[in-house]
Amino acid sequence: MSLIRIAWRNFCYRALSSVLTTFSLALGVGLVVLVLAIYGIVSEAFVRNASVGYNLVVGPKGSALQLTLNSVFYLSQPIENLSYTEYMEFFSQEERAEMVSRYGGDPALGERAGKYAGYVAGGFAIPLALGDYYGEFRVVGTTPEFFEKLRHGPDVDQEFTFTEGRAFREKSAEHGYFEAVLGSRVARQMGVGVGDEIHPAHGDPEGKGHAEGFTVVGVLDPTGTPNDRAAFVNLEGFYLMEGHATPVDEETLAKAAEARGESSGGGVSGEVESGSGESDAVTADDPATADAEAGGRQPLTIPEREVTSILIRNGNMMFAPVMQNKIKEGDRAQAAAPIGEINKLMSYIVGPLLQALMGITLITCVVAAVGVLVSIYNSMNDRRRDIAVMRALGARRGTVTSIILGESLIIAAIGGVLGWFLAHAALYVSGGYIERQTGVSVGLFTTSDYELWVLPLVVLLALVAGLLPALTAYRTDVGSNLSA
Amino acid sequence: MVLAIHDLVKRFDQPGGGQLTVLDIPRFEMADGEQVVLIGESGGGKTTLLHLIAGILVPDSGSIRLDQLELTRLSEQGRDRMRASKIGYVFQTFNLLPAFTALENVRLGMTFGHGRHDPSRAVELLDRVGLAERAGYRPSQLSVGQQQRVAIARALAGRPKLLLADEPTANVDPKSSESVLELIRGSCRDEGVALLMVTHSMEIASQFERVEKLDEINRVFAEVSNATATDA
Repeated sequence: MSLIRIAWRNFCYRALSSVLTTFSLALGVGLVVLVLAIYGIVSEAFVRNASVGYNLVVGPKGSALQLTLNSVFYLSQPIENLSYTEYMEFFSQEERAEMVSRYGGDPALGERAGKYAGYVAGGFAIPLALGDYYGEFRVVGTTPEFFEKLRHGPDVDQEFTFTEGRAFREKSAEHGYFEAVLGSRVARQMGVGVGDEIHPAHGDPEGKGHAEGFTVVGVLDPTGTPNDRAAFVNLEGFYLMEGHATPVDEETLAKAAEARGESSGGGVSGEVESGSGESDAVTADDPATADAEAGGRQPLTIPEREVTSILIRNGNMMFAPVMQNKIKEGDRAQAAAPIGEINKLMSYIVGPLLQALMGITLITCVVAAVGVLVSIYNSMNDRRRDIAVMRALGARRGTVTSIILGESLIIAAIGGVLGWFLAHAALYVSGGYIERQTGVSVGLFTTSDYELWVLPLVVLLALVAGLLPALTAYRTDVGSNLSA
Repeated sequence: MVLAIHDLVKRFDQPGGGQLTVLDIPRFEMADGEQVVLIGESGGGKTTLLHLIAGILVPDSGSIRLDQLELTRLSEQGRDRMRASKIGYVFQTFNLLPAFTALENVRLGMTFGHGRHDPSRAVELLDRVGLAERAGYRPSQLSVGQQQRVAIARALAGRPKLLLADEPTANVDPKSSESVLELIRGSCRDEGVALLMVTHSMEIASQFERVEKLDEINRVFAEVSNATATDA
């Protein structure tokens, strides 16, 4: 008969005590595994959230973490805004000239290439304008490129897909400025869908609602990124909302309008262009003229525009650090690498919190191991004669010690495996909720690397706990206990 | 010669200090397969002698040679190994392990030796003691007599050279006592195992060809007796 079988027999003989001890250990192990899984989920969620298809976020000088938090996670408050001309620095001379022509601004802006255009070549620069809320969710003013060029998912290769509807588009005869796309969670929580109209609130969730409403034209599928909890609106519509235009003097405004091909004083941006709808020369593809045709509102001129941040993907990643340094050398903007900032956040704030939680659960495990010690040690008084009999049958001191340690091992193995299963069953049951909240899917057998250490650690703890009773077994006097 | 004891002395520490000599045996020998009964008063050192022969206790001086092996020169591990392979032990209180079935208790008798794991032997021994059909019973489910039979089977499981039986019939009723005694003696005869049985019952002792009185072979008692006679 093997020693482990003898240990198993002893385990079964004291069934109630053994089962209770094993269960308490299983609960401790379950807690540790749960915390490890949560650690894994939080880490993955952060990495996922940071895996958004761009490598730099450009914003006003200040805290890089705050810039990342508000531009990537839509958390915290924006630092300040950047002028639109800063955004234009990422474009070629032709593109800048086209912007001047479309929106109106200093013609000199269209006469040179942007300072950083060469570094972005082949990539993209997408503007974000933040500051408004829809319910508790951030309103993000951006361009249709956001949905065309950004990717998400673990490999950052998944395009945005829509539960219903589509992305908003450039202003045309068919598509107005006031179109919105909702993240999956926004649509679900606010109970709105395609065709509904939303009214952002200015400044904070409790702020005054804008008179301008955006028609929802699409609802995104869940992405497991912060985009699930954002309401995206067309940047041009965002600009046209009350209080969003940067105040500029009449002279600047007139010059800008002139560059847009309007007569001086021919209209103030954002206001209805009277009579312009009568022109026969307009085409539906020219937003400004289309506005005129539709009797709509003119887009803001470049001096009136600001952006909160700019999402950059360099065409060639080798240029990213050089560009980042160039931007930092300037006096207005900074460029933050989201992944780096997320890692800092993880290591400085989230990591220590999780480690503290881990420490507490490890203590729970140690307490459970002490339970193993107490349980076996208490049984030793009843077992002195059994041990003496085994010794009389030829068992060595080491053999009876091994049998007692074997009992600890059995409790640890069963408790460890049971605890692991309990924790994973709990995670599996909550898998849907976790996926909705974080985008991280959790299967029954999804494990983190750290979990591989749990079972050996528990076995080691149980063996240490078994040492004292094993020592008692080792020291048991055969003669006196046989005669007792 | 399966057992040869010469000048064996065993002392125990006394609570108040000093030592008490319990055994002082100049010579005691047993031939292979011989069956000897040792009688003596309670507290006379019978069990101590068995523990010394089994290597559970260590003598203060003297020699115990078991199957050509000098026990006093063995380490504790060596004595454990010797006990597992050469000694069978039947206790007065049976000492079956309650967590194990009858069959497993018998198997325990061959677990701690080397190269003696023969699963069929345990079944065969249980059959020999008439408990084959109770192999799966726990000790608590067996009668006192049945428990002692299992204990006998366990003692023989390791194919010992010498079976030590410490008052094996003391806790069984007279009817069972007879059959237990017969079972032990018959089994030892069949297996070619020498038997040293300790008892205080003259009735049992009378059935053995060789009867040894501990107070005759133990000089401690002889000296006390002589002193008493001198005083008288």
